[in-house]
Parts: sequence; C-alpha cells; structure tokens
Amino acid sequence: MARVNSEFIDEIRQSDSFDASACMHCGQCTAICPMGLDLLPRRLFFYVGAGLEDKVIENRETIFSCLLCKLCEENCPRGVNIADDVRFLRNYINRKVHKLARN
Amino acid sequence: MPLPTSTLLGFMADNLEKRNSVMPLSSHRMTQWAAGLDLPQGGESILYTGHMYQMIPALEYVEQMTSRFEDHWMGKLFPVGRVLNKYFNLSWFLSRVRREEQRRYDEYLRNIVRLLRTAGVGEFGYLYGEELYTGALVHDLGLDDVFEEHVHKVYKILVKHGVKRVITVDPHTTDMLRNVYPKIIPEYGLEVKSYLQVLRELDQKPTSRLESDIVMHDSCVYARYLDTVEEPRGLLEKAGATILEPEQSGKLTFCCGGPVESLFPGKAREIAGRRIEQLAAAGRDVVTMCPICLLNLRNAAKGNGTSVRDISGYLMKAYGGLEVSSGDIVEED
Repeated sequence: MARVNSEFIDEIRQSDSFDASACMHCGQCTAICPMGLDLLPRRLFFYVGAGLEDKVIENRETIFSCLLCKLCEENCPRGVNIADDVRFLRNYINRKVHKLARN
Repeated sequence: MPLPTSTLLGFMADNLEKRNSVMPLSSHRMTQWAAGLDLPQGGESILYTGHMYQMIPALEYVEQMTSRFEDHWMGKLFPVGRVLNKYFNLSWFLSRVRREEQRRYDEYLRNIVRLLRTAGVGEFGYLYGEELYTGALVHDLGLDDVFEEHVHKVYKILVKHGVKRVITVDPHTTDMLRNVYPKIIPEYGLEVKSYLQVLRELDQKPTSRLESDIVMHDSCVYARYLDTVEEPRGLLEKAGATILEPEQSGKLTFCCGGPVESLFPGKAREIAGRRIEQLAAAGRDVVTMCPICLLNLRNAAKGNGTSVRDISGYLMKAYGGLEVSSGDIVEED
C-alpha cells in the first residue's frame, strides 16, 4: 500500500525548479519516449504530486534510466521542464536512498 | 542483476571530488593532442575540450568491462572497489589503454584547431593541464553538491587565466559552460560558443567540394538544449554535400543511448541499435558531432555496412585548405 508522505510534498514544493504540477496528464511524453518508459514522466509526476514517496523510490531504476534527451519536452503542450524534474528526483533519491549527499 | 546504481554513482562522485573527473586519466593523455600546435596557455579566448573526445577510448574500454558485470555475480564486488578507489585511483591504468584509438580522437581536436585557424578566428589559447572536465555526467545523475563544488573549481581556473570567451568542441561541455554554470555562479559572464557555431558565423568559403550524401545524426543536446541544428547542415551543404535526414532529425532527433551507458549498458545498446536502424535507412555515411554519439553509434553500426564519422573530418576536407590532415576523413568504415 502506498503511503502519503507530507514531508516529501513539502520538500518538493520548496523547490523553485520542480514544475511537474503544470503536467495535464495528456500522455504525449510517454508515447514518444525512446526508452519506452511507461512510468515517465506522467505517472511519476502524479506520484510526486500526491506525495507518494514510496512509489517514487520504488521506481528509481526507471528514474535513472531516463536519457534526459528532452524529446518529451519538445512535444509537451504545457512546457514542463521534464528533464530538470527528473534530475531533481535523482538528486532526491541520491540523498535519501543512496546516501550520497556530501553536505 | 543490474549494475549497482548506488555504488557506481558513488564511484563517479568520489572521482570528481578527489580527482576532478569521473574518469581520472593522466594529464599527458588529456593534453597530448595539442603537442606541436603552439597554442598559448590561457588568454581571453580559449578552446575548451572538456576532456570529452580524449576520454572516449578509455570510456569504451570501461564500458566493455562493466557491461560484462551486468547480470553477473562479479557485480557484487563493486562496493569493495568503491572503498578501494577512495584511497587508490583505480582508473590509473586506463591512461595506458587503447593508445591507437586515442590518436584518432586526438586528431579530431587537432582538426578543430586547424579549422578555426584557417577560418581566421583570431588567436585563442588552451589551458593544457589546468583544463578540467566540466562534470556533465555527475550533473545529469543528480549528484548536485559534488557537481557544484566542482563548478567553482573550474570557474576559479577560468578567472585566473582571464578567460572571457570559450570555444567548445562538444555539446555536453557547451551546455555545461553556457547554460548550467551561470545558474550556479551568478557573476559568470563568459561567452560560450561551439566551434560549429563559430565556423558558421565566419562563413568561410570552402576550399574543396564535398561530393557526398551524408546522413545527419543530431545530438540531443545540440538540437534540444542548444538549438544548434542549422550550423552543421549549413557548413556541409555550403561545401556541396547533400544532407540526408533520417526518420527523426533536427529538434526531433532520437538519442544514441549514451546517457545511460554508465548505469545500464544493455539499455544503451538497445537504444543505439534502434537509432542506427533509422540512420541506415537514410543512407550509409552517417555524421555525428558529439563524441558520445560517435562511440555509441559506431559500435551499433558494426557489421551493418554503415560508417559513422565525426563531422570535423568532413569539415577539414571542405574548409581545411592546404592543411588537410590524413586523420579522419579516410578512416575505416
């Protein structure tokens, strides 16, 4: 069962760069992704918006598989900075799961 | 079993933090390409290689090694390697591998210098052993604090040498120095242009014609991060080449797979295979303008009758005048 983590939501909201709330879940990104990443970015952003940290961490292989090629951004009708958002989640996972934070 | 992501990320972060590169090779290996070119050290205008071309032969060697550990019990030993690497540079031997291949990649850089000089760009220097890798991969992998610390190191060196204008040779270094560094360093005011942009702006007359049909593989970073789509086409077409566009090109280009090579070599090969199919359907002579694309697509093209070449060789033939190098354009298929 997925649990809502309010601290996770707060941390994401504090970021100026994470703009996935602009996503309107049209699915263009998923349809065009070279990696065929069904999860990314649409469903992933839904998990983030809902504060489902467990689901985000569970899908970390997918998050690190993104090519950051921005083909999805080229086709995003809402102009979401998808690659930056994915990088933001990588950083979050590196700190919380991989324990790679230096500071 | 996939490669241990956390450990590999740790390896790269440790190397950047302690040794200023994800793949710390010897200074000689990084700078030998410039021997005999008489580039001044530093100056207001410099060529910045970002070590990308120089790293490719060793990177290919590492990728071949690590891909063997994907789905292999030996992958479990990576954490031990990371601990050892904190104290001993486990990459030290990489400066000795693939020396023949290294000469070819060095020649791309030498050709770029010759092209800039022939086009009349004016004097530019090079930082030699003081030039550092930009940290592009560590940035992409979300290792932000290590990356940001590194950015300050690079910037300090640029300031020390009074650098104001930078000419880059690959898209990843260009994106870092032009788009990412200014977000971290507010006072950053360097002008950063890729050599393709510089050559296009100078609008030099070709010295030889290119009677070739060339399939264009756009780098994702050049096309979508840096809006560099027209420059390579303009330069080649002006010299008489016919550009063949694959199914996905320009702003809609399809990735070479390189960005996930370090963590998921199998997935990277699959993407490269799909891209080379698109390119081969358009023609047999493919041109790239990024060393990562070059490596991945060249490997994917083995045995399918397609040749993949760096654009600098074609440009050298078209614009290099009497200084035509024996290097790239006649390379193997």
